[in-house]
Amino acid sequence: MPDSLKVPCSIDNLKDIRSFITKRLQELSVPELEINMMILAVDEICANVIIHASHSTNQSLEITVKEETDGISFEISNEGNAFDINAYQAPGLEDIVKNKRKGGLGLILVKKIMDKIEFRKENNHTVCRLFKKVSFVNHSA
Amino acid sequence: MKLTSEKENDYFIISIEGDLDASSCINLDKIISEAVSNGEKKIMVDCSRLSYISSAGLGVFMSYLQDFEANKVSMVLFGLSEKVQNVFQILGLDQLLKIVNTKEEAKSLINA
Repeated sequence: MPDSLKVPCSIDNLKDIRSFITKRLQELSVPELEINMMILAVDEICANVIIHASHSTNQSLEITVKEETDGISFEISNEGNAFDINAYQAPGLEDIVKNKRKGGLGLILVKKIMDKIEFRKENNHTVCRLFKKVSFVNHSA
Repeated sequence: MKLTSEKENDYFIISIEGDLDASSCINLDKIISEAVSNGEKKIMVDCSRLSYISSAGLGVFMSYLQDFEANKVSMVLFGLSEKVQNVFQILGLDQLLKIVNTKEEAKSLINA
């Protein structure tokens, strides 16, 4: 199975992105509960990029999953300027309830789930790299 | 994602089937909004066939908390899988929303 997926920048493709990540992580023998959490974090970043950074479905989004020695890394690349969540002060839950905000929770989730979140510019692309430490199961089997 | 709603006595029951993400959450928002406008006071959300939830879905539930309080609406979620419940727990939303295991428990909590 290829380690990357390229799809048009549309929220209708989130389901395909999730099923790609699921298959890829199952192939890498990542524990089931961790798979769910990682899918969620990648889904949140992709939804964020699609909704905020791209205004045209002519643009595409590329997701790469890589096995590292001590975990898994994900790279989400798109044309244009992505939103750097490290520079974003996530709202508190109280603020979300009080102001009836429908957003904001996703970025809190990503920060809670992932061990590292980095953004870089590469040519005319913004790449978001997520890293999660994983204790692999059945690796020697 | 598939959403259905039905009335059972004075309970308004919403059933969610499949994935509740950024592309499908708008439908849930619509159905809850209509229920509140129609004066429903006892809302139960059947999550037993909900296979995935992202923050967009969580955000819909959270955004009604104040309206519910103002309109004396009680909403209880039931039947969440461990995987789905885990997402609520990471954010501590299980403390802000009413979540129980079964439909019967949901009814008891609404009438408590």
